Amino acid sequence: MSNLLNDEVKQQIKEFLKPMKNSVTMVLFTQEDGPCQTCKESRELLGEVSKLSDKVDYIEKDLNKDSDLAEEYGITLTPSFVVLNSEGEYTGVKFNGIPAGHEINSFLSALIDMSGIAPNFDASVIERIKNVKNKVNIKVFVTLSCPHCPGAVQNAHRIAMLNDNVEGEMIEAQTFGELSQKFNVSGVPKIVINDEHELTGNQPIEQFLDIMDKL
Amino acid sequence: MFDFNVEKTNTSEFDGQEKWDSIVIGGGPAGLNAALYAKRKGLRVGIITDEIGGQLHNTTDIDNYLGFSLVKGADLSQSFLDHVNKLDVPILKGVKVKSVSHDALDFTLTLTDGKLLTTKTVIVATGGAPKKLDIPGEKELSNKGVTYCATCDAPFFKDKHVIVAGGGNSAAEGVLDLVSYARKITVVHRSQWRADKVLLDKLNAIEKLEVHLESQLLKVLGEDHVTGVEYLEKESGEIKQLDAEGLLIEIGNVPKNEFIKDLVKTNESGEIVVDESQMTSVQGLYAAGDLTAQPHKQIIISAAEGAKAALAASQYLNSNYKENK
Repeated sequence: MSNLLNDEVKQQIKEFLKPMKNSVTMVLFTQEDGPCQTCKESRELLGEVSKLSDKVDYIEKDLNKDSDLAEEYGITLTPSFVVLNSEGEYTGVKFNGIPAGHEINSFLSALIDMSGIAPNFDASVIERIKNVKNKVNIKVFVTLSCPHCPGAVQNAHRIAMLNDNVEGEMIEAQTFGELSQKFNVSGVPKIVINDEHELTGNQPIEQFLDIMDKL
Repeated sequence: MFDFNVEKTNTSEFDGQEKWDSIVIGGGPAGLNAALYAKRKGLRVGIITDEIGGQLHNTTDIDNYLGFSLVKGADLSQSFLDHVNKLDVPILKGVKVKSVSHDALDFTLTLTDGKLLTTKTVIVATGGAPKKLDIPGEKELSNKGVTYCATCDAPFFKDKHVIVAGGGNSAAEGVLDLVSYARKITVVHRSQWRADKVLLDKLNAIEKLEVHLESQLLKVLGEDHVTGVEYLEKESGEIKQLDAEGLLIEIGNVPKNEFIKDLVKTNESGEIVVDESQMTSVQGLYAAGDLTAQPHKQIIISAAEGAKAALAASQYLNSNYKENK
């Protein structure tokens, strides 16, 4: 029996997930033939969370053996997982690395939001998000000890859920050190849009949209 | 091996309210306690905040809050929130207030997402943002080795030499947050220590810590990343350099007052001037916590100011609302 989540945290998660409307599916990619730091813990976390709500399904795939599916979801790192909607569609919500520490909050809210509970956005913001016509990738680099990071991840994911052209991904900077170095990450949250435009700090959603409008 | 800081936020029915008795802006100790007291008085109260817990999250360990000899900032924040949630206070999270205006009777808040809220009283408790050194290189190298959040960015300083600017409790705690990562830590502070003795005793036990007091930072060096700092050693008048890969700045806070500073009286530091009941220069508008002109920025003082503000707002609604406007 694993003890990644203690009983108190399990109870909290159970409560948190109660309002979920429709089912969602988490597809975790790990790999047998290659490095997979925190794969074991990610498997445990997702497995346990799926047991805490009958609306959360969980499947595990292998990056190499299931390469077609990995390609479909744009998965290149392990552990990575996507959250699919009730139709089993990928709408751009991805986590690279384990969402532990403070990041459990962006993880749980991704499940809630994906289940069909609309975020409390003003109509004008939703309109702006829906009007984004270009392909957009939003990377949010985080550390698990960063209290300001889940908000930034949540924003990226919510934009992704509202527009099929947008993908939002959390990247745990310590697990993926090379990628973090490539993007010169030494402070979090760091938001990188289309690998080029940068924002630092937990910015309001309007800041994301201001950049996206200019792409 | 991994902690899980689950944050439960009640987001019930923020929209249905036509007019609020009180809106609390800010979700730190001052704001949460203000909401608690206001709700217990029976006020229709809601909280607007970009983050729950405020600056509690910038501190790993807290050991000066009465009743908790040692508690993690995130855990204390969670206890505060749990308490407020028990009373079903609606919380609108992830938005900021853009501006506050008022007519003869009420206040109108404009939120960053365009929403408008009408309320009879306002309690501003947005706290502080990290104060900058305002020296060359600081802005350019921000997030390139310059950081204001030790808990967030400490992992990036593994096996590196980090300079800590500041001499108060936050700087001392910053050193403690860095200890398990950094190879070497050097405090550079322009005057003498102001941190509590209990913290200084802990610092004294750290072998890899070096301290330069009466030393003023002049410049952050580096192009793509921090490579060092330049400082003035006051006693000798000499300008010296230190090689380092990181700079943690913990020199206090500036009040987060952008949305309100033109409406209320502030002091030369931008802190909001309040009377003994936490009321600002505008009737019905209260302020509490780190953004008020109260010199000691402490969690327990912020929480207490929140309580005072809520009680005063309640009293104002009972006796002065309408008549005075």
